[in-house]
Amino acid sequence: MSRPLEHDYIGLSEVSTIENSEKISSSSSTVSTEENENNNVLNLKETELRLGLPGSESFERKAGFGVSLSGRVVEDKNGYPLGAVKNFVSGAKRGFSDAIDDSGKWGFSGGGGSEVDLAKGAVLFSPRGGNGGKSHGGLENNGQQLGLASPAMKDSVPPSPKPVQEKKPQIPAINDHGNAPVAKAQVVGWPPIRSFRKNTMATNPAKNSDDVEGKSGSGCLYVKVSMDGAPYLRKVDLKIYSNYMELSSALEKMFSCFRIGQCGSHGVPGRDGLNESRLMDLLHGSEYVLTYEDKDGDWMLVGDVPWE
Amino acid sequence: MEMASRRKNDSVEDEKQLSPFPDEVLERVLVFVKSHRDRSSVSLVCKDWYSAERWSRTHVFIGNCYSVSPEILVRRFPNIRSVTLKGKPRFSDFNLVPPNWGADIHEWLAVFASAYPFLEELRLKRMTVTDESLEFLAQSFPKFKALSLVSCDGFSTDGLAAIATHCKNLSNATLNMVYSLRIRNLTELDIQENDMDDLGGRWLSCFPEKFTSLEILNFANLNSEVNFDALERLVTRCKSLKVLKVNRNVTLEQLSRLLMRVPTLTELGTGSFSQELTLRQYAELENAFNTCKNLHTLSGLWEATSLYLAALYPACTNLTFLNLSYAALQSGELAKLLPNCPHLRRLWVLDTVEDNGLEAVGLSCPLLEELRVFPSDPFDQDMILGVGDGVTESGFIAVSRGCHNLRYVLYFCRQMTNTAVATVVQNCPDFTHFRLCIMKPCQPDYLTNEPMDEAFGSVVKTCTKLQRLAVSGLLTDLTFEYIGRYAKNLETLSVAFAGSSDRGMECVLGGCAKLRKLEIRDCPFGNVALLSGLEKYESMRSLWMSACKVTMNGCRLLAREMPRLNVEVIKEDDSDDIQAEKVYIYRSVAGRRRDAPPFVQTL
Repeated sequence: MSRPLEHDYIGLSEVSTIENSEKISSSSSTVSTEENENNNVLNLKETELRLGLPGSESFERKAGFGVSLSGRVVEDKNGYPLGAVKNFVSGAKRGFSDAIDDSGKWGFSGGGGSEVDLAKGAVLFSPRGGNGGKSHGGLENNGQQLGLASPAMKDSVPPSPKPVQEKKPQIPAINDHGNAPVAKAQVVGWPPIRSFRKNTMATNPAKNSDDVEGKSGSGCLYVKVSMDGAPYLRKVDLKIYSNYMELSSALEKMFSCFRIGQCGSHGVPGRDGLNESRLMDLLHGSEYVLTYEDKDGDWMLVGDVPWE
Repeated sequence: MEMASRRKNDSVEDEKQLSPFPDEVLERVLVFVKSHRDRSSVSLVCKDWYSAERWSRTHVFIGNCYSVSPEILVRRFPNIRSVTLKGKPRFSDFNLVPPNWGADIHEWLAVFASAYPFLEELRLKRMTVTDESLEFLAQSFPKFKALSLVSCDGFSTDGLAAIATHCKNLSNATLNMVYSLRIRNLTELDIQENDMDDLGGRWLSCFPEKFTSLEILNFANLNSEVNFDALERLVTRCKSLKVLKVNRNVTLEQLSRLLMRVPTLTELGTGSFSQELTLRQYAELENAFNTCKNLHTLSGLWEATSLYLAALYPACTNLTFLNLSYAALQSGELAKLLPNCPHLRRLWVLDTVEDNGLEAVGLSCPLLEELRVFPSDPFDQDMILGVGDGVTESGFIAVSRGCHNLRYVLYFCRQMTNTAVATVVQNCPDFTHFRLCIMKPCQPDYLTNEPMDEAFGSVVKTCTKLQRLAVSGLLTDLTFEYIGRYAKNLETLSVAFAGSSDRGMECVLGGCAKLRKLEIRDCPFGNVALLSGLEKYESMRSLWMSACKVTMNGCRLLAREMPRLNVEVIKEDDSDDIQAEKVYIYRSVAGRRRDAPPFVQTL
C-alpha cells in the first residue's frame, strides 16, 4: 500500500482517508501500535510533516488562514497577511490555474472549470445572484479531492449564480466524505474580527488545543503544522527558533505523541518520559520530511532557504 | 473661561433687535450644551446663535476626517480644546483597505499647533499616526492632557515614548511614546488595538519622576515587556489613577503588588492570569482584590483558568462591565463567576463558554444590557469539528430569556435559525444594536435550509429603536425589503454576502430615512442600486461598497451628478477598468482629497 508520494498530491489516497477517519473516531489521542504500522505503510506522503495546509491532499484539514510558511495570521506592518492567504484548498498542483489572486486578497482562488473568470479578487462565494464578472468557479471541487477542494462555505455551490440553496452545512459534508475536518475557505476580512484580536487569539489556546509554544513577544509568526495521521494540528511560533534544527526537533517533540503511546492528557509528550532513541527510531526511521506550502502553492522542502 | 480674542462687536444694534440678551450670555449658556448633535441644531437657529455656538464650542467630533479640512475647522471654531477624529472606513479593520490609504493626522496637527495651541485632548480612531506626529504632538501642545488611539496605525512604542516624555499634563495615556521628557499634564494615555510596532517597554520609564498626573493608563494591547519597577513607581506616585489596564506580561504576583498601591481603581485590566502561585502569593492576590471595592470595569484576564478566578470574586461586587473576551473560559467557570457580579450591565465573552455558559448569563445577569460573544477560533483552525463549536442559537435564546434589558448584542456563531432570532427579539424588544455574524457566509437556517430573511425581518419589525444592524447568513432581497420598510431609526447597516439583486439595496436606501453609514461587501448590487441613492448620500456620512457589481461608469455618473460627494474608487492592481472593485463615497465640504495615494481615484 505504499504510495508514491511526495509529489503527487492529487488523487490522494482513499486509504489514508480511511485511516484518518479511523483515527478521528478513536477516542484517544494516541496512536496505537497497530496504526503505527499502518502509518508506516500508509503512505510515504503521510510521513511528511507538513507545514501548512495539505491542500489537495488526502488529509483533509481545516484550512487555515494563509498557511504558508511566510506567515499567517500575523500581518505585516501594513496589515496584510504575509505570504498569501491563498493556499486554499486548492492545494498544490491543482487543476486550477492561477486564478490565485496575487494580491493575497482572497483566500480562495477561483479556478477549476466553470466560469472561471480570472478577475481579480474572485469572490468565492457567490451569493447567488452572483457578482458580475467574478469567478464562482472556485467553488467547484477540484475534482478528486475528497470534499476538500471546495472549502467554501458552501459545499457544492453550482458555478453559476443562481439562487440555489445547495449549501449544506459543514458537518454533513464531512460525514459524507468520511474525512477529517473539511478545510474551510478563507476570505479576506471575514469573519469581521480586528487584527489585534485575531493575533491575540492565535496565541491564546482554545480549550482543546495545547498551549502553543512561544512567548507573546512582539510579533509572532505562528504557523500551522499538520502531520499526516494526526487528528489535529499544532501551531508553532517560528520566531522562537533560530534555525532549522531547532524547529525540526521541536516539531518532532510536538508530534511524537502521535507516534509513541506516551502522552499526557493533553497529548503533550511527558517531558520526563521521552525516550530519545525511541523517538528517533520512529520519527527518523519512518522518514518524516518537513515540507511547507509557499505562497505560490508549491510544496517545498524545508531547509533550502536560509532561515532568515 | 477665557476665550480666545473676541470677534468685533460690529453688530451691536442688530443684537438688540434679534436677541434678548447679549451674545456673551448666550455663549455662557451654550457651554452646557455638550452633545455635538445638539450643538449642530443650535448653530442652525440663526446667525447669532451660530456665532455664539462657534465661539463657545470646546469639543469637536469629526466622524470622517475627509469631510472637512483642518483649515475650515479652525476657521469656524476658534476655541477648541478637544478633538475626536475618525479616519478610515470601518472595513479597514478587516484588511479591506490597502495600507497607506490616508487619514494621516499630521496635517491636522500642523494646523492645530498654530490655531489651538492649548489643545488638551485628542482622540483618534482609524487614523494613521506616525512617530514623528506623536513627537510633534508632544512638543507643540503644552497643556496636552489626554491621548486616545484606537485602531490606529503607523506608530511604534518609540512614538509613545515621546508622549510620556513630553506631556507633563498627561492624564490619559493610551499610547506609549517616549522620547523627550517634557510631559507635564498628561492625564490620559489610552492605547487600544492599534497596528503599531512594539519596540519594547522602556517607554514607561520615560515618565519623569515628578510626573504624577496620570489618571488613565491603558496599555493592554501592547505586547512588549515593560519595566515593572518603573510601572510600580509610576502607579504609586500617581495618586489620582483611576484606570489601569496592563498588558499580558504583567504577572499575577506583580498585579497584586500594583493593586495594593491603587485601591481607588475603578477600571482594572489585569495581565496574565495564570502563574504558579504559592499559597501565600495566592492569599496576597485575594487580599489585593479584596481592596478593590470600587471597580466597575474589569478586563484582561489573559489565560485565566479556574485556579485563580475565585480570587477575583470579592472585587466583582460593583462590576458593571466585565470583559472576558481574552479569557478562554469554560461554561462552568463562567457560571461560578457571574453570580458574584450582580450589577453587571455589559459582558464580553469568548464562545468557549458555549451555550451552557450563556445559560448561566441568562440566569445570573438580569440587568444585562450588552452582550458580545467573540469567536475563539474564527477560522476553524484547530478544532476537530463537532467538538467545542462555540455558541449556537440555543445560547442566544437562553440569554434573551433572562436578560430582558438587552440593548446591544454582537454574536458570532456557526449556526442560527429564523425562529431563534424571532424568539430572542420577542424577549428583548429594546435592541438598539443588533449584530449577528453567522461565520460561514451565505449559510441558511440550518434546520429549515431557508434563508435567514425572516430572522432579520423579525428584528426590524420588533425592535423599533434599532440604530445599528449587521446581517449575515443566506439572505435574499426580502431581508432588505423588511429593513427598508421597518427599520425607521436605523443609522448604520453592515451587509456582507447577501441580497439577490439591486432591489435589495434600493429598498434600504429608499426606506431608511435616518441611515448614515452603509457598508457593503460581496453583494450583487450594481449601478442601478448605487444610483438609486443619488440624493440620499448627502444626508449620510459614507457608503462603502466592495466586491459588488458596481462599475466605473456608474461611479462616474454618480460623481457627475453629485459634485459635493467624493466618489473614490480604490484600484489595487490593474485588473479591468470596468469594474469598480472598492468604492468609498462620502459627503465633504472640503472637496476632493489632496493626499490621495495613487490607488485611490476620485472621480
